[in-house]
Amino acid sequence: MESAVIDPIIFRLSIFVLAIFVGYYVVWSVTPALHTPLMAVTNAISSVIVVGALVAVGVSLVTGDELVSKILGFGALVLASVNIFGGFLVTQRMLAMYRKRDRQREE
Amino acid sequence: MATNLAAVLYLVAGVLFILALRGLSSPETSRRGNRLGMLGMAIAIGTTLAFKVEDWDALTLVLIVAGIALGGIIGAIIARRIPMTAMPQLVAAFHSLVGLAAVMVAAAALYAPEAFGIGTPGHIHTGSLIEMSIGVAIGAITFSGSVVAFTKLQGLVSGAPVSFAGQHLLNLVLGLLAVALVILFCASQSHAFFWALAILAFVLGVLIIIPIGGADMPVVISMLNSYSGWAAAGIGFTLGNTALIITGALVGSSGAILSYIMCKGMNRSFFSVILGGFGGEAATAAAGGPAGDRAVKQGSAEDAAFILKNAGSVIIVPGYGMAVAQAQHALKEMAEFLKEEGVTVSYAIHPVAGRMPGHMNVLLAEANVPYDDVFELEDINSQFPNTDVAFVIGANDVTNPAAKSDPSSPIYGMPVLDVAGARTVLFVKRSLGSGYAGVENPLFFRDNTMMLFGDAKKMTEEIVKAM
Repeated sequence: MESAVIDPIIFRLSIFVLAIFVGYYVVWSVTPALHTPLMAVTNAISSVIVVGALVAVGVSLVTGDELVSKILGFGALVLASVNIFGGFLVTQRMLAMYRKRDRQREE
Repeated sequence: MATNLAAVLYLVAGVLFILALRGLSSPETSRRGNRLGMLGMAIAIGTTLAFKVEDWDALTLVLIVAGIALGGIIGAIIARRIPMTAMPQLVAAFHSLVGLAAVMVAAAALYAPEAFGIGTPGHIHTGSLIEMSIGVAIGAITFSGSVVAFTKLQGLVSGAPVSFAGQHLLNLVLGLLAVALVILFCASQSHAFFWALAILAFVLGVLIIIPIGGADMPVVISMLNSYSGWAAAGIGFTLGNTALIITGALVGSSGAILSYIMCKGMNRSFFSVILGGFGGEAATAAAGGPAGDRAVKQGSAEDAAFILKNAGSVIIVPGYGMAVAQAQHALKEMAEFLKEEGVTVSYAIHPVAGRMPGHMNVLLAEANVPYDDVFELEDINSQFPNTDVAFVIGANDVTNPAAKSDPSSPIYGMPVLDVAGARTVLFVKRSLGSGYAGVENPLFFRDNTMMLFGDAKKMTEEIVKAM
């Protein structure tokens, strides 16, 4: 290893930039018929922000500031949970409705 | 070691989210994709719990279980009960939650920096402060903007654009003020500047969305989708969490691409939508148009049933009016009847039909219309000249030939469905009124057009009865 250490933020930035490119190509390949489920599922996955909420709920109480953090974390946890469950389940419900012509005839 | 393992697991979660979106490239793979997304979320949450649980006291565990249970139950009930026609406002509401959660997490990190590993109170790393302020500003804009979009879509307030003198100047000033607050906050680490920035961003979110009219909602929803992603990414940088950074980038670019597709579907630049006021400029254009004294051919449900039954091929063009009237089930019944009579039935969807991307497709899927009968504009537009009947239900502007022929029209250049090419055009509409763009549709006055005045659902049911 070199003596000069790369700041972790550069690694994060690299991941971020590459993920934007991945997102660009993946999203263009989504069929327009599924654009509504796409929005619902992106909603659900962006609620992975819940990991931040969990850290905040877990702070140990020392002063009032930590209490503020804990309360805010709990609020964020509830909101993100609504989104995670609501987002994935409503996406599932929508996707279950998309049927092909022949399969529908059999029913 | 444990930290590295956690980082790898977060990366796995991020990859699963990519696969979830990849699955949406076709309806067959989409269900599996959604399950992979759920798995990714479970891994992300499970990893956080597993690596933090030893530091937690009983109170924390109770709060976590209670929080997830409370949110989960609310979310599950909403997901089960929400009618498909209300999907645009539901998505707007969900965006607002992501935005508010981002604000709360950023604030929590500010109040307990040690827990987040970004420094100590008053000595937070500058990089983290910048990430935090970006997260809170975009999160707050997403929250209040989505709330405004929700109230417009839900009909709680008028969908009409709200504009006032000096609006753009005010937004510009507030935007610059926000940048100044970011700098002040990063320099001073003061909580007051943080909250001032949050409040300013809340106000800015409202001001950005109120001037945008109902018909531009597909762009707004896509844009807010994008914002919620960038807010999540900002928090991801603060936490140094790969899953969150990847997700933020995915969602951010997804929303941006959808906004682009929607803008192209209306032939409007992104900035003209953001700067707002479609309804306003168009109202004057409509006033100058030809008066309503021209003759239109009006038909009854019986006439329509007769024409449809004797056709060889029918293309159905649904629009927002179909969603409002909840006419999709009646429409499907009509289509089934026609198919039994040997008529070829297909559906043509304009990219901006409805209030969000893919809105019509979901409603038709709900009514059990097979997705291989449903076509996008570019795939079906050439078929209209070989079609006996175009059945336009609750759509207007997206069929207006003035978009091709009249350079003075506000919708000139917008890609439209060439329904006029069909031998007969049936228009189900409540009145002769113009569409959201406020532009008169010359199709109504053509010899081969028959207007069917009435509620989309009632009219369709009457046609089915008359068959």
